[in-house]
Amino acid sequence: MTVLDTGPLPAEPAPRSARASGGSIPDRLEGRASRIFLRWEVLLLVLAAIVFAINSFASPYFLDPWNLSDATYNFTEKAMIGLAMALLIVSGEIDLSVASIIALASVAMGAAAAAGASVWMLVLIGLGVGLVAGAFNGFLVTMVGLPSIVVTIGTMSLFRGIAFIVLGDQVYNSYPAGFEWFGQGYVVWAFTVELVMFLVLAVIFGLVLQKSTFGRRVYAIGNNPMAARFSGIRVERIKFILFLLTGVMSGLASICLTSRLGSTRPSIATGWELEVVTMVVLGGVAINGGSGTILGVVIAAFVMGLVTFGFGLLNVPGIVMSIFIGLLLIAVIALPILFRRVMAARRSTRRVAA
Amino acid sequence: MSHSAFTLVRPDARPTTSPTLAPEPSTEPGKRPLLTMTGISKSFPGVRALNGVTLDLYSGEVTALIGENGAGKSTLVKILTGIYQPDEGEIVIEGRPTLLPGAQAATEAGIAAIHQETVLFDELTVAENIYIGHQPRTRLGLIDWAIMNRNAARVLDELEARIDPTMRLKDLGIAQRHLVAIGRALSVHSRIVIMDEPTAALSHKEVEELYHVVERLKAGDRAILFISHKFEEVFRLADRYTVFRDGSVVGAGEMADVKSADLVRMMVGRSVDQVFPKTDVAIGPTVMQVRGFSHPTEFADISFDLHRGEILGIYGLVGAGRSEFAQALFGITRPSAGTVTIEGKPVTIRRPSDAIGAGLVYVPEERGRHGAVLPMSIAANIGMASLGRTSKAGFLDLARECQLARTYAERLELRASALNQPVGTLSGGNQQKVVIGKWLATEPRIIVLDEPTKGIDIGSKAAVHAFMSELAGAGLSVVMISSELPEVLGMADRILVMREGRMAGILARTNATPEKLVNLATGNETGAAA
Repeated sequence: MTVLDTGPLPAEPAPRSARASGGSIPDRLEGRASRIFLRWEVLLLVLAAIVFAINSFASPYFLDPWNLSDATYNFTEKAMIGLAMALLIVSGEIDLSVASIIALASVAMGAAAAAGASVWMLVLIGLGVGLVAGAFNGFLVTMVGLPSIVVTIGTMSLFRGIAFIVLGDQVYNSYPAGFEWFGQGYVVWAFTVELVMFLVLAVIFGLVLQKSTFGRRVYAIGNNPMAARFSGIRVERIKFILFLLTGVMSGLASICLTSRLGSTRPSIATGWELEVVTMVVLGGVAINGGSGTILGVVIAAFVMGLVTFGFGLLNVPGIVMSIFIGLLLIAVIALPILFRRVMAARRSTRRVAA
Repeated sequence: MSHSAFTLVRPDARPTTSPTLAPEPSTEPGKRPLLTMTGISKSFPGVRALNGVTLDLYSGEVTALIGENGAGKSTLVKILTGIYQPDEGEIVIEGRPTLLPGAQAATEAGIAAIHQETVLFDELTVAENIYIGHQPRTRLGLIDWAIMNRNAARVLDELEARIDPTMRLKDLGIAQRHLVAIGRALSVHSRIVIMDEPTAALSHKEVEELYHVVERLKAGDRAILFISHKFEEVFRLADRYTVFRDGSVVGAGEMADVKSADLVRMMVGRSVDQVFPKTDVAIGPTVMQVRGFSHPTEFADISFDLHRGEILGIYGLVGAGRSEFAQALFGITRPSAGTVTIEGKPVTIRRPSDAIGAGLVYVPEERGRHGAVLPMSIAANIGMASLGRTSKAGFLDLARECQLARTYAERLELRASALNQPVGTLSGGNQQKVVIGKWLATEPRIIVLDEPTKGIDIGSKAAVHAFMSELAGAGLSVVMISSELPEVLGMADRILVMREGRMAGILARTNATPEKLVNLATGNETGAAA
């Protein structure tokens, strides 16, 4: 019988590459220089450098360290959420209620501060509201089995709606002394508390996603939830944890933002969910899940912060900013797909040539 | 040209004035084949699906196509319906060599297939379902409802189906839906009708109605290709048979000259012993006891013992509930009743991690969907169920993971260029080795393999078989679900046969013959008595 055989029949001579030295398969193939240059993170770094250069030419005030330090406020709070959102999107889910969680937590902290709570009580309340909100999202997605995009569009309205009912057109603006440290303080020289907090968290999230068993499971779930389940991974539990994490990070962002503004309105952080998602996707996280790195998200955060700051320096009106964010979101979702298509085409032509 | 759809369908043939199912004026019925396929071959990467196949279909006759799963029946159907192109060979319809470059061409050539799952539209009417894609139009280009309903009624009349064409499909039962699917095939004036296991989902009464329809189609001078696993209906309906095995025709002729035992023999072949490297392993003590294992809908009352060093085969037709049973055992779905005891201890398996903890692992049938995470590396896949052992304090030790992966890659003779290569770039057989490697890395006691050699090339097949013997020799217990008789007969110490979700019997290796297994699996009366 004639059979097209690709299997390892014992009689067959060993193929060149696979069995070169004593039947052992190499850990990895030699990396090509071109592969490093074509990584998304590298493209982002180039983009960041270009934006940086344009800004420094466009405005004489840009290169001032204190101005740059102020500029980081454009992204640090969003980027904290972006770290958790990156894990959530890698796992194949999404949370669009993050900005509403900020509002809810901020209102809760405002009310507590009005009732005389201490700084640490406020921190606990902020994180706690985030945790509970995340648990609610996670419960609906992983235990009830609803799609996360629908659930979190629902809770986006729900959480902000609660904030509006509690606060109405009022403002909370008295906080205990020391609370302003989170959003207005400096750790050393021009490095703000928020920036340092974000960088420390970025390292932790990067280690978790790229180096821990938890992160490995998150990637597996994002690439093939069924196979992950069939491999003994507790898919629902991990997704639930990711919703909790996103909620807590939204709570932390709420603490920082409330502290920085020194006041709370129910409309606080309106529209941030899209900016966070844009940042994560710009960072190279596949919107359908399965791939992406924290490093990419961090660079994307800086790019978006620099662009926003540059527009501010050039007195670009807010509505143009909003148009830009919209275009960026579309471009950012389209670009990696086109990018992967080009890479796949390159790979397949290489395979044919081989 | 108000009936443009009809002229489009039959560009070559006699003009049809109305869409009735009146018999074509056939010359010498039964003498010259309406359709002849000669020397048809088709290969896919790693598999030769069809190898010089010949098939004749005659008008007014039913030809049964018989063969095991994977024998090449579906490939042949896909060639006839224009979905696949043959690598070699010729198709002649009414004496004219014909190319079928697409589904449309097959329809135009008068070929229609009724599949196991023909796509029907619940929210549309019966008439719309029948004429979907070629609705009659008015002069304005709108759908001509009156003509469509009238024509649909005529098609249904021909099938003696009392269905109102204006009803919505969702209000029909399964058998009636089936008639609508057949009506769709007939609405395009097909002369060659392919029925791919049409009775698989039907009740006894519905099957009788379908037989009647087949008789009607025969009377309408159509050539029918009837694909079935069930010998009872083959003998009842067919005039001729063709038997496939491993992509080749191993027998063809008239039903009058053949007995069911002959067909079984042709189907399974005789070369069972040579191919399978089953080594004799001393069967040890009981490792697992399954008692009264049941599922709300898929299977009921499965009980057996599994021993150390034993290979237990589970044989049955597709849809007998074998995979469903294995997946419930592994904790993917919840059983409704039953107990499992592993090494004397009762175990409760709520999720796969419980099963893995108890030393029971499952290699699923659908490699790409359930088995491997294709975009991830070989090392990550092999290590995926052993993360606890390749990490320290929750952080991956990549060197240890690579070492673990290399150990099993080499034991399984995996062919890959690097351990960081994505599994999706490997051949089917090598992907299967990665999945098996993942489970062996957990050092299990019991390994359940679901169709472990389905869709992989002969070389990898032999390697998987040899490896199964090796595992049993090393003291593992193996459960092998398979639809391939030679594999079951060649590899298993005992064979559990399932039929329609229940155990039809357990046979010892020495006692098992292809005929017995097929009879148990199909419920063939002659065998049930034996």
